[in-house]
Amino acid sequence: MEEFWAGALWALRIWLYLIVGLIMIPAMFGFSLGISETYMRVLMKTLEWATLKIQKANTEEKTLKPSASNGVIQREYGSMEKELGELRRSRPKPPVGGDFTLSDCFYFTRKGIESIVEDEVTQRFTSEELVSWNLLTRTNNDFQYISLRLTLVYGLGIFVRYCILAPLRITLACIGLTWLVIGTSAVGLLPNSRVKSWLSEWVHVMCYRICARGLSAAIRYHNRENKPKKGGICVANHTSPIDIVILCNDGCYAMVGQVHGGLMGVVQRAMVRSCPHVWFERSEMKDRHLVTNRLKDHVSDKTKLPILIFPEGTCINNTSVMMFKKGSFEIGGTIYPVAMKYDPKFGDAFWNSSKHSMVSYLLRMMTSWAIVCNVWYLPAMHQQEGEDAVQFANRVKSAIAHQGGLVDLQWDGGLKRAKVKNTFKEWEQKKYSSMVVGDDSSSNSD
Amino acid sequence: MGSRASTLLREEEIEEIKKETGFSHSQITRLYSRFTSLDKGENGTLSREDFQRIPELAINPLGDRIINAFFPESEDQVNFRGFMRTLAHFRPIEDNEKNKNPTAGEPLNSRTNKLLFAFRLYDLDRDDKISRDELLQVLRMMVGVNISDEQLGSIADRTIQEADTNGDNSISFNEFIKVLEKVDVEQKMSIRFLH
Repeated sequence: MEEFWAGALWALRIWLYLIVGLIMIPAMFGFSLGISETYMRVLMKTLEWATLKIQKANTEEKTLKPSASNGVIQREYGSMEKELGELRRSRPKPPVGGDFTLSDCFYFTRKGIESIVEDEVTQRFTSEELVSWNLLTRTNNDFQYISLRLTLVYGLGIFVRYCILAPLRITLACIGLTWLVIGTSAVGLLPNSRVKSWLSEWVHVMCYRICARGLSAAIRYHNRENKPKKGGICVANHTSPIDIVILCNDGCYAMVGQVHGGLMGVVQRAMVRSCPHVWFERSEMKDRHLVTNRLKDHVSDKTKLPILIFPEGTCINNTSVMMFKKGSFEIGGTIYPVAMKYDPKFGDAFWNSSKHSMVSYLLRMMTSWAIVCNVWYLPAMHQQEGEDAVQFANRVKSAIAHQGGLVDLQWDGGLKRAKVKNTFKEWEQKKYSSMVVGDDSSSNSD
Repeated sequence: MGSRASTLLREEEIEEIKKETGFSHSQITRLYSRFTSLDKGENGTLSREDFQRIPELAINPLGDRIINAFFPESEDQVNFRGFMRTLAHFRPIEDNEKNKNPTAGEPLNSRTNKLLFAFRLYDLDRDDKISRDELLQVLRMMVGVNISDEQLGSIADRTIQEADTNGDNSISFNEFIKVLEKVDVEQKMSIRFLH
C-alpha cells in the first residue's frame, strides 16, 4: 500500500513538473516549444482524413445532402420598388387616387414566409452549422457510423479529449486564474510607479497565456503594426468571453464592464488593484452619462492602457457582425478596430448564454479539439467631420466585417432577448405608403 | 445534447410529409431543424409568439396575417405537419407537376392554392368574401398612419369596383382569381427552396 501511495505521489510530481516545465515557463516568457503546433498539425491531418472518409461514404449512399451550403432557401433580395413594380406591370396605373393592387400582398407574403424559413437574426444566436463533421458530437451532424476505422478514431478522440486534454486544461486554467488573483493582488501592494505598471502588464499577459494554453488556443495575429496604443479604444466583434483571453495574449487592455459576483467578482477585484480597469455597478451602468464620463477620463490619460470594448453588447455566433451600440463611439479618441474570426472546425467558440452557463461553456471548450482564431488589427480610425456617432459606428463595423469575412448586419444584437421596436415596422409601412400615393409629401395634402 | 433534429423525426413521418407536401427528404429534415430552433417552448409545436420572435417577420406589415395562416382553425399551436403544409404553398411549381394526372388532386403549391393563401390574408372573418371593411383593415396594416382615411377609402372602393362583377360590393374568390389572372402568381408566390 505504501508503495502505491509513493508511486502515485511520484506520478503527480512528474505531472506537475511537466506542466511547469513545458507549459508554465514558456507561457511566462512568451515562447513556444512547438508542442501545440505539432498537435495542430496532427489534428488537421486527422480531420482532413475524416472529412474525406465521410464524403466518400456519402457519395456511395447518395442519401445525404450535397453539402455545399447549409441554406434552406435562396432568398430574393429585390427592393420593394422593383418587386411591386413587377407585380403591377400587368395593370395600368390609375390616373387618380393612389396605386394599389390586390397582388401587392404577394411581396409581403413572400418576404414573410422567407423570414420564417430562414432569417438574418435568430440564426446568429445559435451555433453555426458546419459543412462537415469534425468528430465532435455537439455539432449539427450527430455521430454517424461510417466505418470501423473512423469510429475507432472517434473513440480515440474522446479518450484524448476527456482523459488527457481536459484534466490538463483544467489544471492550467486553475493555475492561471489563481496566479492572476495572487499576482495582481501582490502587484497592487506596490506604490504607483513605472515598475508597477510594467509588472502588472507582465502578470496579466502571463496569466492570459497560461489560460490560452488551457484552451489550446492557436492564435494568429495579423498586421501587428496596427496594435491598439495607449489612450485609445479597441473595439472588436464579440463571440464569447474567451475573446478577452485571445486579445490579451498579445498585450494588455483596460476592461470595461459590469461588476460580477462569484468567481468572476474575485478575479475582477484582484485585477483592479494593479491596473485601472473600469468596472461599473449594475445601477451605475444605467446612467449613460456617468459611464461616458468615466471612460472619457480614462481615454484622456495617455499613460493608461487602451480600453477594450465589444460594442455589439452580446455574443454572436461568429458568422456576422451586428449593430454597434453608439455609446463607445461618443467618447472620442482614436478607435482601433480588431476583427476576430474563430475556425469552427476545431470547436464552436460561440457562447450561447441563454442555453449554457459559464462553467458548462468552459468545460465544453476544454473538451473541444482546440480554439483556432485569427485576429486582425485594423488601422486606427477617427470620427470624420460631419459624421455622427451612429455613422461612425457603422463605418467601423463594416471595416471589421469586411476584414473578418463576416456578414455585416444592421440588426441590433439586443434582439436576442428583446422584441423588435415598432419603429422598424412603421418605416416599412411608410415606404409602402409612398409607393401607393406617390411622393411622401402628397400623402397629407390629398 | 447530442439529440439533434433529424434523429427525432421518424422515417414514416418524413415519408408522409413528403407525399403530402412534395418537399424532398433533405428539405424536410432541414426545415425540421428550423422548426425546432423556433420552438422555444420545446414542446413540438409553435405558438404565435414563437413566430413573432423572428424580427424580420415582426416588422413585416402583414406579419400578423401571415402568422395567422399557420393557424387555420384559430388554434393556438401548430405542429410540424401543419407548419410544412402551409410552407408547401410556396414551393415553386415544377415542370413535371404541371402535366400531372389531374385525378391525383390539387397539389398545395398550385396556382389556385397560392391565390387562396393570398385571398385569406384579406378575408379576415373567413366568410370567403372580401368586404370593403376587411380590405380597409388590411390596407391600414400595410400603410400604417401614413395615408388618410378618406384616401384609403377611395382606394378600397376603386379596388372593389374593379374586381366586383356581381354587384355585391365585395370580392369573392372567383372574382379575386379573375382580377389577378395576368399576374405571374406562380413565380411571385414561390420561394426557391434548395434541394
